[in-house]
Amino acid sequence: MLAQLVRWSWIGDNLDDIGVATVEHLQLTVLSVLLGLVVAVPLAVLVRRRRWLEGPVSGIAGVLYTVPSLAAFALLVPVLGLTSLWTPVLPLATYSLLILLRNTLTGLDSVPEQLREAADAMGYRPLRRFLEVEVPLALPAVVAGVRVATVTNVGLVTVTALLGRGGLGAFILDGIRRSIPFPTSIIVGTVGAILLAIALDLALLWLQRAIAPWQRRAAA
Amino acid sequence: MSFWDRFVEWATTAETWTAPGDGLLALLAEHLRLAGVALLLSALIALPPAVWLAHRRRGRVVATVVANAGRAIPSLGILVLVAVLAIEQGFSTRFWPLIVALVVLGVPPIFTNAYTAITAVDPMVLEAARAQGRTERQVLREVELPLGLPLLIDGLRLAAVQIVATTALGAVVGPTGGLGRPIVRGFASLRGGGDVELVGASILVALLSLLVDRGTTLLTRVVVPPGVRRLQAG
Repeated sequence: MLAQLVRWSWIGDNLDDIGVATVEHLQLTVLSVLLGLVVAVPLAVLVRRRRWLEGPVSGIAGVLYTVPSLAAFALLVPVLGLTSLWTPVLPLATYSLLILLRNTLTGLDSVPEQLREAADAMGYRPLRRFLEVEVPLALPAVVAGVRVATVTNVGLVTVTALLGRGGLGAFILDGIRRSIPFPTSIIVGTVGAILLAIALDLALLWLQRAIAPWQRRAAA
Repeated sequence: MSFWDRFVEWATTAETWTAPGDGLLALLAEHLRLAGVALLLSALIALPPAVWLAHRRRGRVVATVVANAGRAIPSLGILVLVAVLAIEQGFSTRFWPLIVALVVLGVPPIFTNAYTAITAVDPMVLEAARAQGRTERQVLREVELPLGLPLLIDGLRLAAVQIVATTALGAVVGPTGGLGRPIVRGFASLRGGGDVELVGASILVALLSLLVDRGTTLLTRVVVPPGVRRLQAG
């Protein structure tokens, strides 16, 4: 059955297009997660200083997370236009905001108070203490959040095919919009997105281990 | 006429809401029917194995794989794939293929959260429960399930929100998908005035998701025993 579903020759003939779509998919994913990170990290720092902000900020991030991406794309079309890069990237970024914010907060909260005091006692100024003590210790939790956000967004980017962007999602839509449905194209888009998600997850896992070697040592 | 003028005219026309089969109310009913059946089936499929495996403290690898797979599978892809396969096999209904895809997406969060909820129960508490002479069945029913309930319901909430969102995507594969229909149609006819129903239906889908989210959170208040709630709060 699989032999009928997947026409390998078609995949061979379209390798160039698949490559281009994969790169586009990667760009949209990375751009949206980075944008989410650029907003989430300062927000987490702010929340740690003004703790009463945690409720409202998490609440708003939660609402943005709950609005379906399809609806969010659709609502932005009349405002930003169908072709604007922001129309897909903005909802994708806000979608990753909740998990990134939560993990950054967890990471910063996990830094032992004694370490902050030790840094203060050693004469570290607040900025240096933040960059050299708090950030490195919080980083594993942040990267864990980036992993979840990235894998989720790879899946969501396929939906942007409805905006005519696509990445690998364009193959999925193309497969069903033909007069006779073409499963090979749908499978290429779906499996491609899954493989891309796994590849990015493994790359980030490697990064997570590389930046926090002490964690591995503690586990061993 | 500006977008807002057209939007107000569209939203205040009775036909928009009550047209048989294609009015927003009929589409909302279809949306709820699809999402409701999918959520129920997902829970029926995911909960028994998750609870049993977690109670026996087995299947950690299975739980991890299910959790990761749930995130990595693109909803649009699985939806279209199941639909096309169903059409090739000669199924004409627009209901069940969509349900199958929705269940595939609904099972992982329910399974993962239920599993985590029960395995996270303090081993000392379990030891105490067994020392008091509780049977394994009683340990599960009287200790693990009540203590795990908040996290378990959170899994249902995640699945419900995910399913409501993905139901709308169903409109990509044909005349189904409830409120997703005007959205997908709107994308295809932006210049022909489709932007109005695109925005209108999107607002409804967004509101529906938020309502479902709130609703399941409220469920926690009703279902979770007060003692467990106090534990969590304190």
